[in-house]
Amino acid sequence: MADGHKLEIFRGLVKFKSNTQKIWGVLAFLTLITAVEVVLGIIKPESLTDTYVLGMKLINWVFIILTLVKAYYIAWDFMHLRDEKSALRRAIVWTPIFLVIYLTFILLVEADYIYNVYKEGFVGWNF
Amino acid sequence: MNSTVTTGTETSVWGGGNQPLGASYGKMMMWFFLVSDALTFSGFLAAYGFSRFKFIETWPIADEVFTHVPFFHGNYPMIYVAFMTFILIMSSVTMVLAVDAGHKMKKNAVTWYMFATVIGGIIFVGSQAWEWGTFIKGDFGALETKGGRILQFVDATDNEKRVALSEFATSIPSERTVHERKNGVWFYDEATRTSVSLNEVVEGFKANPNVLIRTELINEEGKKTVLDRKASLAKLADATQVVEGANLVHNEYGSRLFADFFFFITGFHGFHVFSGVVINIIIWFNVILGTYERRGHYEMVEKVGLYWHFVDLVWVFVFTFFYLV
Repeated sequence: MADGHKLEIFRGLVKFKSNTQKIWGVLAFLTLITAVEVVLGIIKPESLTDTYVLGMKLINWVFIILTLVKAYYIAWDFMHLRDEKSALRRAIVWTPIFLVIYLTFILLVEADYIYNVYKEGFVGWNF
Repeated sequence: MNSTVTTGTETSVWGGGNQPLGASYGKMMMWFFLVSDALTFSGFLAAYGFSRFKFIETWPIADEVFTHVPFFHGNYPMIYVAFMTFILIMSSVTMVLAVDAGHKMKKNAVTWYMFATVIGGIIFVGSQAWEWGTFIKGDFGALETKGGRILQFVDATDNEKRVALSEFATSIPSERTVHERKNGVWFYDEATRTSVSLNEVVEGFKANPNVLIRTELINEEGKKTVLDRKASLAKLADATQVVEGANLVHNEYGSRLFADFFFFITGFHGFHVFSGVVINIIIWFNVILGTYERRGHYEMVEKVGLYWHFVDLVWVFVFTFFYLV
């Protein structure tokens, strides 16, 4: 019944003959990303750690984007969201994404404010 | 849409035959649960981010905390966690292969793939337990100050490498009054005894001029600040106790919130993996007994598979935000 699966990833760049083949292909891709993350985490190239984008080190943006890529392929191919109807897929995916962005934004801005209070206010912490 | 199984038999639209999402009740409920569970984990990770941004200058560096690999000595940051990540992704693959075999009604293949998945899950939970054990036991030991700050020790002559308390502490024999129920608060237990006393560490520090104190503060190069000898001796006066290992109250690696979040987030995730293994085993027995063969479809394997992949998905995020970033 493999004909029911959508067998292409990377927007049709790579096509697989069967669902089993696609699974192994996705595994290879996920392993590669994990390996890249680990290698970057160990050597920490200075060009990535010294550059700041939007207040965060570039290397951390790289990690987060690679994580989201991994999450996409786990959800789309392992949890076969790719084969579900788009209404179900959107309901599942966009609800948490919206809420998580909202929550992280609020919490991180607030945390940064508290950090400045500790740093500049008359609060002793290093004793 | 052959790849997604629906169990409904009703064909009249007014009788509920219309399925706009093309998913059965059970599968939809699993997805609802996963969405809500995803929000729970997001709450944990966002709270972690909150605490970390709040103490951004003093937060422990994960590379220096998780450096051990079982059966190997030495400093191998991240290697073991990467291995755990790979194990979990691998067990996700065998799970999705089981689902695929289920669609083709291959009972034997489903059985073996699910078995492999369970083994992968057990290896992961075991590794997690080992991580916890190592983290709780501690590495080099440290001193805690009145303000709850952590002072660690480095060797000035050896590239500022960390030194364990036992390496420089002098041995000072002393009497210790044991807490007994009859002469203290009866519901208090005897306090845990550290391998060296505060006095022994302080005297040992004074006797070893090449030992320096490393504070929690992260400098511009992204490393922890090391004090010079004079500042180290002055800082030593603030120390109130010896900390070895980590629990919810004391943490030799640095900020105690780091340990709290480590226990809560990886613990909550580990509990998910554990329950996933249990559910997988139950479904596995059903597969062997031929329940789904008689039912005519393996949708149950698909549903438990969704849960299993979700656990993997969460780990990908925990791995990034706890160990990498």
